[in-house]
Amino acid sequence: MKTSEKKQKIVIAVTALNAIDSPGPGVAVIRALKESADFEVRIIGLSYESLEPGIYMHDIVDKTYQIPYPSAGTDALFARILYINNIEHLNVVIPNFDAELFNFIKISDELQKLGIHSFMPTQDEFEGRDKINLFKFGKKHDLLVPSDKIIFHAGELAKAAEKFGFPLVVKGKFYDAVICNTIEQAEKAFFKLQAKWGLPIIIQEFITGTEVNIAALGDGCGNAISIIPMRKLYITDKGKAWAGITIDDQILIDLAMKFIKVTKWRGGCELEIMMTSDGKPYIMEVNPRFPAWIYLTAAAGQNQPAALVKLALGQKITPFKKYDIGKIFIRYSWDLITDISEFHKIAGSGEL
Amino acid sequence: MRLKKNIATSEAGLIFNPGTGDSFSVNNTGAEILVMLKDNKKHEEIIEYLSSKFDVEKIQLEKDMDDFIYLLSDYNLLEK
Repeated sequence: MKTSEKKQKIVIAVTALNAIDSPGPGVAVIRALKESADFEVRIIGLSYESLEPGIYMHDIVDKTYQIPYPSAGTDALFARILYINNIEHLNVVIPNFDAELFNFIKISDELQKLGIHSFMPTQDEFEGRDKINLFKFGKKHDLLVPSDKIIFHAGELAKAAEKFGFPLVVKGKFYDAVICNTIEQAEKAFFKLQAKWGLPIIIQEFITGTEVNIAALGDGCGNAISIIPMRKLYITDKGKAWAGITIDDQILIDLAMKFIKVTKWRGGCELEIMMTSDGKPYIMEVNPRFPAWIYLTAAAGQNQPAALVKLALGQKITPFKKYDIGKIFIRYSWDLITDISEFHKIAGSGEL
Repeated sequence: MRLKKNIATSEAGLIFNPGTGDSFSVNNTGAEILVMLKDNKKHEEIIEYLSSKFDVEKIQLEKDMDDFIYLLSDYNLLEK
């Protein structure tokens, strides 16, 4: 371990401080960064809502600034980051929400000119792995993905049901998926997801098996810097892992290596895999950022957030070779107590 | 009939499959059988050992052993 004097001091802005029941990855990313042997970090939280728990975790986040919602566009985001940078002199920014990535990717060159480094997928990579394009994406790169049909009208459900049979999965454009056993259930799910996330709706072939997730980090040149497969041990009603364990499965590691190689993936990502009983790994989704369980990678010996910071800063990095198998994370809830004055500060001035 | 090389077992009878993340527990006799399987003992040798330890008819032991092996195989713990 290096002494703190030798550690490089850097200021890192991190989003997704919503450590709630379906958590954003921000707090886990910060926890991993703080354990880096190479950096001494000052963490600047970037929040959207005033009740994101990370805002009030002062041992985790040094200062938080609210930023505009993604719908406000890139100009508003850039203006806010410019303001924050004038005070904090940011070195690196790590966005962790799917919905905000488009804007951050768009302004990444401008941020770089200000000396704010990032390490995100390219626009093409980001769009290619989108739920709506996943089947095409799988075909293009020879990766196993479930068949799907993109629909815009409930009237198209019957045809999709004919194609896939029941059960089938009705998925929202951004989030949520419902397993349906009848056409009536599928229609109900269609309208519910349409109201919540808009059109189109994705009808997907139902694949049964064991749910495994892989956290991976690509260097943008086709090399995998880190790959950690995690088997979900406890799944919430929202399908999130509440407990998980690192596993050693060469099929999964090979799959992630292939994914990073063929896409030349740049940055962190999470592959959601359904492993069938005959050992076929289907990619169900590709999340273009670190997952909420990313701290497990640091606990298992491959600190992916710290490695991403090195990549962002253009430092040389050797791919990790080993990790601890059988490391378990168990998420827990904790009632953080704060004062109304703190809430007033972030809600009123947008800073805390 | 061999345990997969990467399967971890403990004296307390806990089994961990690092490939799948599955964990299982067995009683003392099961733990002893696992140790013997890890040591590549033959089926007959294990039956002999159990026969000397327990006052059970050999045919019953064979049946119980087959059931146990079937379970290990079903849980994907044996080499194919």
